[in-house]
Amino acid sequence: MSSENEKDGQPSGTAESSEDVKSLSKDEAKKFYEEKGIDFSPDAPVKPKPIPQFEKSISDKIASKFSSKVTVDYVRNGRIRVSTKKEDILDVAHFIRDELGYDHAESVSGVDYPDSKEIEVVYHLGSYTDEKLANQVLTLATRVPREEIPTPGKDSSRMTSLREVFYSVEFHERECFEMFGVYFEGHPDNRRLLLPEDWADIPPFRKDFKIKGR
Amino acid sequence: MLKEFFNQETAPHATNVLVGKLGDILVRAVGKPLDYAINWGRIWSLWPVHLETACCSVEFGAASSPRYDVERFGIIEAFGSLRQCDLIVVMGTITRKMAPRLRMVYDQMPDPKYVIAMGACAITGGLYFDSYNVLPGIDGVLPVDIYVPGCPPRPETLIQGCMLLQEKIKRMKGA
Amino acid sequence: MTTQLPPGIQLENIDDRIMTLNVGPQHPGSGHMRLIIKVDGDYIVSCDPDPGYVHRGEEKMAEYRNYIQNIPHLERPVIHDSSNILYPYCLAVEELLGIEVPERAKYIRVIAAELNRCIYILYWLAIYGIFLGHSTMFMWPAGDRELFIDLLEAMSGARVTHAYLVPGGVRNDLPANFEERCLRQVDYFEKRLKEYQAVFYKNPILISRTEGTGILSRTDAIRLGTTGSVLRASGVNFDIRKKEPYDVYENLDFEPVVMKEGDSYARSYVPYLEMFESCRIIRDAIRKMPKSGSVRTKLKPNPKGGNDEVYKRVESGRGALGYYIVSNNRPEPYRVKISVGSFRNLICMPYLLKGELLGNMPAVYWSLNYWPVEADR
Ligand code: SF4
Repeated sequence: MSSENEKDGQPSGTAESSEDVKSLSKDEAKKFYEEKGIDFSPDAPVKPKPIPQFEKSISDKIASKFSSKVTVDYVRNGRIRVSTKKEDILDVAHFIRDELGYDHAESVSGVDYPDSKEIEVVYHLGSYTDEKLANQVLTLATRVPREEIPTPGKDSSRMTSLREVFYSVEFHERECFEMFGVYFEGHPDNRRLLLPEDWADIPPFRKDFKIKGR
Repeated sequence: MLKEFFNQETAPHATNVLVGKLGDILVRAVGKPLDYAINWGRIWSLWPVHLETACCSVEFGAASSPRYDVERFGIIEAFGSLRQCDLIVVMGTITRKMAPRLRMVYDQMPDPKYVIAMGACAITGGLYFDSYNVLPGIDGVLPVDIYVPGCPPRPETLIQGCMLLQEKIKRMKGA
Repeated sequence: MTTQLPPGIQLENIDDRIMTLNVGPQHPGSGHMRLIIKVDGDYIVSCDPDPGYVHRGEEKMAEYRNYIQNIPHLERPVIHDSSNILYPYCLAVEELLGIEVPERAKYIRVIAAELNRCIYILYWLAIYGIFLGHSTMFMWPAGDRELFIDLLEAMSGARVTHAYLVPGGVRNDLPANFEERCLRQVDYFEKRLKEYQAVFYKNPILISRTEGTGILSRTDAIRLGTTGSVLRASGVNFDIRKKEPYDVYENLDFEPVVMKEGDSYARSYVPYLEMFESCRIIRDAIRKMPKSGSVRTKLKPNPKGGNDEVYKRVESGRGALGYYIVSNNRPEPYRVKISVGSFRNLICMPYLLKGELLGNMPAVYWSLNYWPVEADR
């Protein structure tokens, strides 16, 4: 779609082009694609996959320890996702490290949800020491409040840093602070990392920060 | 003096003196014939600053590898301090954090100095035209002599760019 | 007073014994980054890495392009390892959209990834040679690297930015006679690689500059969450190709390289040995590859991911490389996070350089297998 837009001499935007698709009625779109010989069958219904046993046993351990404080979002092959309140995250992280054997963080990502006024902070945890956990990644997610007008470091988007539990989150949390404005309490070094020193705009990975021409 | 200049043993020294100190005065005094001599010296010693800015530096490295061996043209000998350099090859994306540093490096180089903008990013922003942290081309920061297009440019393209710069210098005024 | 300053700016006390040095961004011994180093005489007392000179906002840009348009700019962070940085992206998108990859395409992907790993390591080795003032070690790998570039150029049509791996398989089939040509070059390359031993790895100057410097113990390597060759040089046997095999790596025959020392020498030796393993994988993959068949599953136009998220990781030249993609029923991803090995190894820098001689700084720095463009994204 975008290439067609470019031919018109307009800056193409995927956001706009997907609206174009919607503006065609279903039948028209189907005919359009059928003429071109492109398969336009609706997405096949997703078959529920069997829940793997080993992963289930890990998630059960977390669920039984913290009963109502955590939610197990999914258990898949090699991937478990657990979400918790930001007040409880330190306890859960301690449990995950000491009892389950996860020992390092692979990444810390933020995801901005402007509709529910929350920013999700996602830790991907892995293990080097435990041979059985080598193919597992545990996703620990929590949500912090999101301010309409952010003032990084001074507003209510803050949570406890996990640095004392997983030392490896140090640089990842610094990145998350500057990209989303989530302040990590207890982090020794909440400084700027990647952005220019004179960056005066809002944190760039928030959804209300628009990039040029989009 | 001319005899001394063409003497094989003292020639490098004499050229240095000409280009460095007396160049300006002599050129103004003697005029055109010396332009040629001075430019001739300049085109065989285009030494770039060691400033990598983005992924194009991979192809810059490949240009000095044995297959392309760009040093045979007397250009891009990759060592030397900033104060001895007369060429700056901007290897790709200039971010907003790098731009002041790039200008600072350029300002510290002695005259005459030449700029090659290497890669689509350095020319217009390239793939990153809509990124929040990338300058749309470096012409706002530095006066560019040669544009080398590509993403990344093949080493042959870079060599051609350098040779175009040599051509350009040949036709420049000596000082 | 200090609390009033804007973030990122701080006042510094002046000390007449400790001197602050800025290594980079314009410095032959730094990449596209700055190391703020404090020295006491010749010894480094603290080091504060300052990356971000190539931060181009890839992750933000990915939110504005659809799954196919994202391919070219996502490979730019490491153009000399472009197959490996696209690999997890393809795996993630395939899982998100529920696409099956043909068997032959899986083998071709593995071959492309291993060729690219060799290209990456050779370039890294060449720069390591420059950093240590060893010109021969720049020339040899930089020359041999062109052999593999030729192969990948024949496969994909581009010199370094291949964009060869796409969700659903690979872009096009192998050229005629590729298998023979590839095997011939791999054979030649292995012979050639053995010569590097004598000129570089047994060189007394290299040994005196790297052996015993920047030692990272096994516990620290785990605690700091390092990855890739840095981790394996510290005695942790962790290679995602073995531990969480993707595509066809489980059928192939290779051993991860592990060393115990954890010093700069081991960190520079592990990638070298990995190239032998890569050659082994390429040979094995060519033998086991189905000789014909489709190489790509075509996607629907403007494919939409469901309301889902995936996290996929592979072993790249610099260690684990993961993509975390959140989608929300739109043709564009809602959020893309690239978890890169270089950024994870950055944390070692202040830790390892402390107490080191300033002269050993380049040797330690580049042995961390750090590529700044990738770390900044
Ligand atoms: S032109 Fe292409 S290769 Fe060069 S810096 Fe830009 S993106 Fe990288």
